[in-house]
Amino acid sequence: MSLRMPSLRVMAIATAVVLCAAFAMVFLYAPQDADQGFVQKIFYLHVPIAICALVGFVVAAVHAIRHLRSGDPVHDFRSYVSIHMGIIFGTGALITGSIWARAAWGKWWVWEEPTLVSFLIVYLLYATYYPLRYAIPERDRQARYASVFAITAGAFVPLNFMAVRLAESLVHPRVFATADGGLPGEMMLTFLVALAGMALLFVTLIRFELAAKSTRAQISRLRRALDAGAPAAPESRIAPSAPAQAGAR
Amino acid sequence: MLELEEAVKYVGGAYAVFLALLVIYVAIIAVRMERMRGELTELAELAERRSSAADSGAPPAERVTVNG
Repeated sequence: MSLRMPSLRVMAIATAVVLCAAFAMVFLYAPQDADQGFVQKIFYLHVPIAICALVGFVVAAVHAIRHLRSGDPVHDFRSYVSIHMGIIFGTGALITGSIWARAAWGKWWVWEEPTLVSFLIVYLLYATYYPLRYAIPERDRQARYASVFAITAGAFVPLNFMAVRLAESLVHPRVFATADGGLPGEMMLTFLVALAGMALLFVTLIRFELAAKSTRAQISRLRRALDAGAPAAPESRIAPSAPAQAGAR
Repeated sequence: MLELEEAVKYVGGAYAVFLALLVIYVAIIAVRMERMRGELTELAELAERRSSAADSGAPPAERVTVNG
């Protein structure tokens, strides 16, 4: 049984509503942190963005496995878009985290902190995905190599997460694993709403990207069919059959 | 703990970065959509020309290359 996804319009509206509600809760409902004060409000933005980026990388690995098992280019396409979105969210996490670090610790970056450095390593690892992918001109081989990369790099995400939890933190807080209860109720509720909003944004943008790339592929097929003077081919499932066009844009 | 005035700058900066990333992304998508719309219009015109040429028995329209 397959679940039917809501339309893009519904998802976009839901995203806007939940994100607005989350930001309203951040500034009007959630109490100020006793230790950091107002600066802690960055937490409700930074952490959901970082979680979405990491989940995006894992989702990309799952699609890559499905691609290698089935050979269906749709899964390669989804894996590519998930990594693409993970990189964008990862950029957001690094910038907002750096701003928070400057406000809370007085430094833009702390190289001794395992959480920060390991996230940067994962981010830079995924930044090599694009040159690797587009260095291979042949479409099938490109997809296979990209899938192998996505799986290998995806395995680093949970490993990295566990290593960070095991490592001793210098300055970065371990909010969700503290023995004394972690976040208080209002803060936790606000965080969960912010996380839901960010996850909705992530999924909506992925669907936007998939729709745009699918349309691009359809236009290419239509153009080829018209140029050849033949009737247009039946609708494809996405399959970026024109490698340079569907993949690179 | 930072003074509220100072903290507001950092918090505002972080949320502004998020908003800026979102706006840039949506702008890029909008540009791509607009480009595709233009290509679709051109392809539709090409198909119509072909169709009318076929109806009148004239030779088909020339190949058209667009910015894609």
